[in-house]
Order: sequence, then C-alpha cells, then structure tokens
Amino acid sequence: MASSTKSNSKIVKSSKNGKNGAADVDESGVAAKTDYLELFRQMFLIRQFEIACGENYSKGLIRGFLHLYIGQEATGVGAISTLREDDYVVSAYRDHGHALARGVDVNRSMAELFGKATGTSKGKGGSMHLFDVAKGFMGGHAIVAGQLPLAAGLALAQQYEKTDALTICFFGDGSTNQGVYHETMNLAAVWKLPVLFFLENNMYGMGSSIERVRAGGIDFFPGMATYGIPAAEVDGMDVMAVKEATELAVGRIRNGEGPQFIEAKTFRFVGHSVADGQKYRGQEEIKEWEERDPVVTFPAQLIERSLVTADQIDEIKAEVNEAVAKAVEFAEKSPEPDLSEIHNDILA
Amino acid sequence: MPEIVLREALKRGLEEALENDPKVFMMGEDIGEYGGAYAVTDGFLKKFGPERIKDTPISEQAFLGAGIGAAAAGLRPIVEFMSISFTLVAFDQIVNMAANLRYMSGGQISVPMVIRAPTGAGVQLGATHSQSFETWLAEVPGMKVVCPSNPYDALGLMRSAIKDNNPVLVAEPALLYGDKGEVPDEYYEIEIGKADVTREGTDITLVSYGYGMRPVNDAADKLAQRGVSAEIIDLRSLSPVDMDAIVASVQKTNRVVVVDNARRRGGVMAEIAADLQEKASEWLDGPVMRVGSVDVPWPYSRGLEQEVLVDADNVLTAVTEGYGI
Repeated sequence: MASSTKSNSKIVKSSKNGKNGAADVDESGVAAKTDYLELFRQMFLIRQFEIACGENYSKGLIRGFLHLYIGQEATGVGAISTLREDDYVVSAYRDHGHALARGVDVNRSMAELFGKATGTSKGKGGSMHLFDVAKGFMGGHAIVAGQLPLAAGLALAQQYEKTDALTICFFGDGSTNQGVYHETMNLAAVWKLPVLFFLENNMYGMGSSIERVRAGGIDFFPGMATYGIPAAEVDGMDVMAVKEATELAVGRIRNGEGPQFIEAKTFRFVGHSVADGQKYRGQEEIKEWEERDPVVTFPAQLIERSLVTADQIDEIKAEVNEAVAKAVEFAEKSPEPDLSEIHNDILA
Repeated sequence: MPEIVLREALKRGLEEALENDPKVFMMGEDIGEYGGAYAVTDGFLKKFGPERIKDTPISEQAFLGAGIGAAAAGLRPIVEFMSISFTLVAFDQIVNMAANLRYMSGGQISVPMVIRAPTGAGVQLGATHSQSFETWLAEVPGMKVVCPSNPYDALGLMRSAIKDNNPVLVAEPALLYGDKGEVPDEYYEIEIGKADVTREGTDITLVSYGYGMRPVNDAADKLAQRGVSAEIIDLRSLSPVDMDAIVASVQKTNRVVVVDNARRRGGVMAEIAADLQEKASEWLDGPVMRVGSVDVPWPYSRGLEQEVLVDADNVLTAVTEGYGI
C-alpha cells in the first residue's frame, strides 16, 4: 500500500543470473541479430530531442502542452524495434519518443512542435498530435485512452484484409481508469484483433500516483485474465527485455492468436508536462529510477561486455547531437504556415 | 414508379454498397443475428457473413472508435447506433477523433465512415431515447450530417454518404421508417450539401428537414386553403447547409419560417436564422420566425410528448405571428 515516503513506484528487475540488459539475452540468439548501436542511437536521439524541446519551450519557441518522454526511452525503442513496416504504431500525448523510434523525420517532428509549415502536420497538430502515415505512425492522441479503440480499428482493418500485420498501441497507466479501456480490451478479445496493447506504467497519471487512484494496486497485467488476453510484465528500463517480450507477443499476434498485452514498468524522470513542479513525489524516488537510466546503463553494459566500443558510443552521441541541433535550426528557419492553411485539410 | 418504405430505401443503399465494394462493412449493436433494432439490416448477416456484418458488444465508444481506425486504414465502415441519443457516450470518438483526425494530421488521414442513427421523438421513449443530436454534430467541422425525410432522399443520400471520404452522420427519423414514397429503379445519388425545394410557392418560405417535413407539409396544405402559397425547402443536409437555396427562396417570398423538430434552442435552425438576418434581411418583410420542439426533456406520456413535439399548428402560429397571414 501507499507508504508515507511518497515512493509509489515499482521497479521490475527482469535480469536473469544477476545480469542486466544486453547481457541478459546475449546467449539467447536474439543478440546475434540485434543492432545494439541502433537501439542506443534511438534512445539517445529521443533523450536529446526531448532535452532540446524543453530548452526551446523555455525560450518560448514551443508552446502549448509539452510532455517529455525522458526516462521512458527503453520501452518505446525496444517495442517498436520489433515491428515491420506494414504495422501501425499508435501513441498517446507523450508521443515524440514513439514517433522518433518509428523513424519519423527528426526535422519535421521538431518543426511540428515549433508550429511550422514544414512540420509533420503542417503545424496544425503540435506536440500531442504527431502523425506520419507513410511510416505507419498513426498519432499522437491527446484524449486519455481515446487512442485505444482507434488502434483496435486499425487492427480490425489488418484482420479484415487478411494480412499478418499488426497494430501496437501505447498508453499510460492513467488511461486504465477510463471506460473505453475496458470496452476496447473486451472488443479486441472478442474479435481476436491483431493488436498489441503496450502499457507504459510510469506510476503516475499526471500528478496522481496510481496507488491513489486505482483499486487493486499498481499491477495491471493480471487483470487481463478477465478478457483472456495473454499479458506479461517487463522491466521498462531494460531495452533488451522490452524487445524480447515484445517479440514474443508480436509472434503470437502474427500467428493469429489475437490481442496481447505488455505492461512495462517505467518512469519519467521529469514532470508530467514542462509545467509540472512534481510536488507530488519525492526526489529519492526519482533518483532511484534515474540510477537505472537506460540511456546510461545500456551503453555501459554493451561496453562492459565488449559488444560495442566506447568510441562507437561517442560517435553516435556526436551524430545525434548534431542531428538534433540541425533539427532545431531547421524548425527555427522554417516558414510559418500560410494563413490560408486554416481552411485546408478539414474535409477530404 | 415503384413505392417503398424509407426503411427499405436505406436497406437498398446499404445492400448495394455491400455487394459492390468489398471494403464496405457494417458494425453495430444487434445488427446481425437480431436484424437491427429497426430491422434495417434484417437478413444481412445471412447474405454477407459475420466478417462484414459485425454484431458488437454494447460499447459505443469502442466500436465507433474501431470504425474510425478501420476507415483510417482504408476500409469503408458503416456504423449503426441504436439511437442517436447513444452517440453521446461516443462523442469523444466522433468529435475528437473522427472529425479532427484529418485536420490535426495535416491532411494525412481521411475517415470514410458512415454513422447511422435513428433520431427524434414521438414514440414515447422518454428523455434518454428521443433526442435529435444531429443538430449538435452539424456544428462540428470535419464531418457531414444528412437527414432524409422520404424514401427517395434516404436512398440517394445513403449512396452519397457511403461514397464520401469523410465521416458522414445519416440521421434516420425513427418516425418515418415506415413512410412510403416513390423510388425509381434507375441509379441516382443526392449531392450532400444541396437542399431540395419540394414545393414551389410565392408567399412564404418554410424550411425544415427529416421528420420536421411532416408538420411543414401539413401547414403548407392548410395555408393553401387560406390562399397562401408556401414554398418548402427540405434541407436534406444539415452540414454543410445550403444557405444559397434558402436565401434564393426568401428573395422570392420575402417571408420565412424555419422549423426544427429538435428542441428549438441552439439547433440548426437557430444558426440558419442568424445567417438569414445577415444575408437576407433586406428582402424580408418581417422577422425570421423559428419553430422547434419545446425546450424541455422529452416526456414519456403521450399527451405530454405530443405537446412538446413540433406540429403544423406551431408552424401556422409562427406564420401568423411573424407576418400576419
């Protein structure tokens, strides 16, 4: 139950034999095919992108609500790395990380946040509404849990067209108390839809600890038994563990076994949005999670196990930093949307 | 020309779409095994199979939302609500998702989906089952709203709605499902956004749609007995609204009464009245008169409900009050 220490989160350690991350699956065969550097590159890109977003929000160049993905990089990157091009990715309002992991252009993503004509939605969507249909990235949805039935519908189309493509739907613990969460789980199970429900349980719905607002504790995956949806819990700070769990679920879905559910225990190191002073939780809790920062621990493990070199990591960091700086420059220099755009893109 | 009831006209439109386009499928509560609450989809499950005629759980948000997703992926879903009052529980999906998706994705996504829903009062279903929320949804940019008043329009509008690449609400007046009318065997469509002058006249313009056409037609007959020639406009589409047709008629008759069978306050006719005073006041001999059902929750008891529901006498009273005829 909730303790008085304001620490309500749950760290899941997925490692076997006392080893962490990459080491964990080194012998499993997955490792042989894994592009570790690419996984690191994506996580680092998201981290640096988000840091740049925060800075430019402070400068007033990004407005509106801005929800950063800092701390949760391993979940999105690990999960999305298992997908095919014809799969769909659906996200909530904390969507930058998922978009970037899906390969949505960094420049156009940043330009969208700057409200520029070169943005992914021509500046009409903003931070919470990134879209790139060509990449199968179907948004950025800002009504909590509203994206769940959309994902079910995308999966329905994939099933209807008799493909073995699937839809992955990311959502947070906050969305589980919405009625449509139950509705969608039931519908997906009844129709055996090829959808992977991916819960990023970062323990807080905005400022509300999940323990304060949910009956039944902080684990959601056992509840999936109600719907007959196979569910797993995974350490969301461990990109390889996430990847492995997602591969398993994806395989089952492609095999026609219907919806699957993964709950990743994760943590945002920053506030709900940049306006959040985090009065509702203690520094100790944040620190405890920061020690497990995947952007730090993953490359350290890779180097320790001689899977990559420190030089390779440094090279990627330099590349990413340059790409993010260029994205900010691109966004800054891009034109504002023409006012005539107000009336475009309403009806097809 | 052969006569069929409005229910059959809708059914024909749905059936031919299912036959001609494999991307068209239907979802809704009890549309399959049961045959539909108003029997519009009776026999469809047997003919088209469970993959295309999908019975849903009672989960309006989930199945309407699933329709949006399927449409975003390129299918052409037709989603049935058992009552337009039930759209309320799916309003987030209809408004925030279906109508906004195209705009907030910068034009990347379209949602070619038809939402069907019986609308209107008059059969003693009480406050929660008798409302007319097509008026609310007509305000939402990014979607279209149509409402037929007769079998011919029902088929023509349904065909256009299914072919449209946007979310289209087809509000089906529940009281008119059994109304008969002529429907040709030859193929035709009715353009969304165009009104129909159903009766030409010279003295006053009466504007309505859907079930409201019944009291309007009755009122026009009574006016004719008094030597008043009424021109009648059936909107057919509530969004977009054909203001040009209304203004053109008012320029001819110089008098107008707009008639909503939904509650009077805040409806489609309120919007039309506001537009008319901007666009047509110089041609008007009096005020834009607005008639609608009484602004109360729908009562159950027959006498009360009939009193609340707009009728021909309400229209005639407005004609007299506004123009002294």
